[in-house]
Amino acid sequence: MSGQLIIFWIVTLVTVLSAATVVFSKNLIYSAVALLFTLLGVAGLYVFLWADFIAVTQILIYVGGILVLIIFGIMLTHRITSVRLSHSSMQRGIGGAIVLMIFVGLTSMIFRAPWYRVAAVEPQETVRQIGRLLMVDYLLPFEVASVLLLAALMGAALLSRKVN
Amino acid sequence: MVDLNTYLVIGALLFSLGIFGVITRRNGVAVLMGVELILNAANVNFVAFARFGGMDLSGHIFSLFVIILAAAEAAVALAIILNIYNNMGTINIDEADQLKQ
Repeated sequence: MSGQLIIFWIVTLVTVLSAATVVFSKNLIYSAVALLFTLLGVAGLYVFLWADFIAVTQILIYVGGILVLIIFGIMLTHRITSVRLSHSSMQRGIGGAIVLMIFVGLTSMIFRAPWYRVAAVEPQETVRQIGRLLMVDYLLPFEVASVLLLAALMGAALLSRKVN
Repeated sequence: MVDLNTYLVIGALLFSLGIFGVITRRNGVAVLMGVELILNAANVNFVAFARFGGMDLSGHIFSLFVIILAAAEAAVALAIILNIYNNMGTINIDEADQLKQ
């Protein structure tokens, strides 16, 4: 087993185990910290998939932005000094059964489907091509995304301000 | 080296765990964390198909858009959760069953 493979399985294990902690932990703060490790692990998987730019974006936006937002959400909705930051789950039995069925269905589909595969060569650089694609082939979605971000910004600001 | 199926199974695992979080958690913020897991699962699939399925860099672009949407979604969802907390004093999504107080 090569070193690369060992690191891959470590990253996978960290990702999946901390994702399980996010869902099963009784403490909301533990869930948030486990989510941090899940997101970092997914960034590691992107590196193994030759997606360096996506990996960095994942760390910048998810870990630096969304996770901080989520922790803000936790802090603002619980009084930290007096708190039970614990949170419970409901109907774990039924939920677990449904999710198990979904997982088994997905896995059997994955191993049965004749995926279209291409032997790709490792790209020398991805950033230049991603920039070209964004500005040429995907220009309209790019602009729509900017409008969407503006709308989300204004919506969030409007929703969270104090009403007089 | 690692095959396409391995990444797809990892994506399926993350997706299942995310669904489990969404349908069993009572806390609004925890439901949001489940949604983030689901989006990450989709992203892993996109990038895996970009690497193995001949989707090339279009897969990367799609996962970039998913990340952008996740950021917008997290901001708006947290604003809504804060509003629910201010109005009802709880973020238990079972109790937040009215549009107005």
